[in-house]
Amino acid sequence: MMNANVALRTILEAGEPVTDHRPWPRVVVTPELWNTLSEGLSGGAWSLLGLWGEVGMVHLAVYEDASETPGVASLPCPAGQFPSVGRLHPPAQRLERTIADLVGLQPVDAPDGRPWLDHGRWPVRHPLGGATARTSPPNPLSMHGEGVAKPGERFVYPFLSAEGESLHQIPVGPVHAGIIEPGHFRFTANGEAVVRLEERLGYVHKGIESLLRGATLERAARLVGRVSGDSTVAYALAFARAVEAATETTVPARAHWLRALMAELERLAHHCGDIGAICNDAAFALMHAHCAVLRERVLRASAAGFGHRLLMDCIVPGGVATDLPADGAKTLRALVDDFRQQFPPLIELYENTASLQDRTVGTGFVRPALIQQFGCGGVIGRAGGRAFDARRQPGYPPYDRLEFETPVQTDTDSDTDSDVNARVWLRIGEVEQSLALIEQILERLPPGSVRGDLNLPGRDCEGVALVEGFRGDILVWLRLAADGTVARCHPRDPSWFQWPLLEAAIENNIVADFPLCNKSFNGSYSGHDL
Amino acid sequence: MALIADYLAQGGHMLVLLLLAPLLTGWVRTLKAQLLRRRGPSLLQPYRDLFKLLRKEVVLADSASWLFRVAPYLIFAALWVAAALVPSFASGLPFSWTADLIAIVALLGTARFFLALAGLDVGTSFGGIGSSREMMIASLAEPAMLMMVFTLSLLAGTTELSAVARFMLTAEVGLRISLALALLALIMVAIAENARIPVDNPATHLELTMVHEAMVLEYSGRHLALIELAASLKLLLYLSLLICIFAPWGMASVGEGPGAYLVGLAAYLVKLAVGGFLLALFETGIAKMRVFRVDQFLGAALMLGLLGTLLLFVTRSL
Repeated sequence: MMNANVALRTILEAGEPVTDHRPWPRVVVTPELWNTLSEGLSGGAWSLLGLWGEVGMVHLAVYEDASETPGVASLPCPAGQFPSVGRLHPPAQRLERTIADLVGLQPVDAPDGRPWLDHGRWPVRHPLGGATARTSPPNPLSMHGEGVAKPGERFVYPFLSAEGESLHQIPVGPVHAGIIEPGHFRFTANGEAVVRLEERLGYVHKGIESLLRGATLERAARLVGRVSGDSTVAYALAFARAVEAATETTVPARAHWLRALMAELERLAHHCGDIGAICNDAAFALMHAHCAVLRERVLRASAAGFGHRLLMDCIVPGGVATDLPADGAKTLRALVDDFRQQFPPLIELYENTASLQDRTVGTGFVRPALIQQFGCGGVIGRAGGRAFDARRQPGYPPYDRLEFETPVQTDTDSDTDSDVNARVWLRIGEVEQSLALIEQILERLPPGSVRGDLNLPGRDCEGVALVEGFRGDILVWLRLAADGTVARCHPRDPSWFQWPLLEAAIENNIVADFPLCNKSFNGSYSGHDL
Repeated sequence: MALIADYLAQGGHMLVLLLLAPLLTGWVRTLKAQLLRRRGPSLLQPYRDLFKLLRKEVVLADSASWLFRVAPYLIFAALWVAAALVPSFASGLPFSWTADLIAIVALLGTARFFLALAGLDVGTSFGGIGSSREMMIASLAEPAMLMMVFTLSLLAGTTELSAVARFMLTAEVGLRISLALALLALIMVAIAENARIPVDNPATHLELTMVHEAMVLEYSGRHLALIELAASLKLLLYLSLLICIFAPWGMASVGEGPGAYLVGLAAYLVKLAVGGFLLALFETGIAKMRVFRVDQFLGAALMLGLLGTLLLFVTRSL
């Protein structure tokens, strides 16, 4: 057994390196090294970036915060099982349950054997593994086995129990009164006070990873761009960067800058929309209306600049699909000026509305230690003092040449930090940073072509990319086949590490404050359910 | 002949209220939308919604009992009667001797009781949450309302609204702090009772934050139409009450003839429009409070009512 304080580099050197995996190393490890990784994760030395499977193998992406080293470790599982990571490191549990559902590889000694994405409604089991026809519903008691439940019997998902006098359960969703994505929330409450919240997701599983297998690059880029529609730029960018890393393609400088421009436009639009939506959940529709107007301006400017309101399919492997038209810079500068004028009064309104502050301050507090443990990204992580920003570390162009700050809540001692209010303020801070970034990019946009050819190597190659979306860091890992199609691609949404924290955020709050907490997280259902 | 005219006026009053209620709701909605820089629905949209609901099939939960089916009619009847007891354009109408403030409070309480029971009847968790919250609000709103009634009746020497309205028009009222406190208490109670922001949000789609909407979540078709109409009537009732007690100027007396009635009606409509505008303005400028803040809000209303009554005793003994 190796020392748990070992550096990630040592493990990456101890494993058997895989050629043609870029830009980080990927090594095939022994079960012993795999367990050392689990221990290191639970010890807090490393953050979990992703955990996914394919036939006969599981992959674990970790990031060492101290040395800013990322790496991927792979464990072959010839017997169809692997030592559970979630046993020691809870953030991995849902990812492991997903591996068991999709690929059929069983985590040994996993604390939670219930299915996660598989609700017993798919015609096949393990769509990414054997894809065998389903004969009976999954039986949670025997770890995805099919022994006890009888065919045709309705599968009842066993929720975790909370027992006590006068406790009652409130099932919410998956169909809600508003037009939002589906997800089920099971509250155990004592009157209005929430005792436990348990989420059940997976209602919008679209089988994206199955669709990606064998897809051409063009089709795959479109698919990944639709994993979560509101983060389409970040997903497309992550996919493009992973493909470019795998094929060692160099992208024209102008394309890098245009990509950053699109990413910041997306961040601007959605943060602005979120700020309004959070206020709207406290029935303060005024902020919502004003923020919606501003968001709409961004979307229209995006449409004028790149031909799509949400900038879908604008980023492609090799560069960007459309160059900024001649008057595009002028439109975007006008947008920034508009924003600079209209946004500060809104912040003032937020700050000066006592009834609104009363709702957001102290609501939905998440312990910073939990945020560190889950390696939670985005404003939720930064509200708990975790400063991670993929634009800086591991970093990608052109951000190394741009000046910007990542707003972080540094003082996380009291109970009022890391609450809904903190998450609103960090969004406000990021809006201001995005405005400054857009200005810088427009000023220094280099000339030249915007799209280069991919140099497909004609053999298997693998790439990985980490990109900062408006929710947090998005990981895309892929393997390209020799014919240039996608052999396996795994997009990991930031919501994977944010949804579990929502369960913690609602503790000690009242039932009626859940919408406010939920909106301040704004996790993606679609990105999570894949 | 005069008797027939009086009864016609009484009938007209009841009909006007019924027809006006959705318009008031539409007016507030449209104003709120325009304050948010939206165009907003047409003023007539609530009527269209009601007709649409009346034509639609009623979908009943399997677990719904007879109570669930009967409750909408009871609630609607109670609220229509209660609203009709408040003088609108004319005072002293034939039924005005029944227009007792305590009777109105009792009718409102009855309607609330059945609505809360109906919310519990189907057995969904949201209905239960809504009913329990509604009862928490009611337990404070009702005493506050009664305190306000006591203040008024002590001043006017009666709880009959027509007489109160006539009394308020006389010079002997003067400026009284008790009345100001009673007005404030009534406004706070009205906001809570009508499920407006900051106590409840009539436009919310968030199941977990609802109070009134949570109780009626399972209703559909004509049942929902009746409940919606009853809710509109309730809003009209409280605004009429405020107008009748604190701003009765222009109100006709019975038997003055159609001319005076028309003047009274015009004055009433203008006052309603102003009231609706103030409500929309207030609702736009404030966020909803935490559920557990509601008791403080209504506790304040209760205290104001109590203070009004006490002040009245103190000043009398001087």
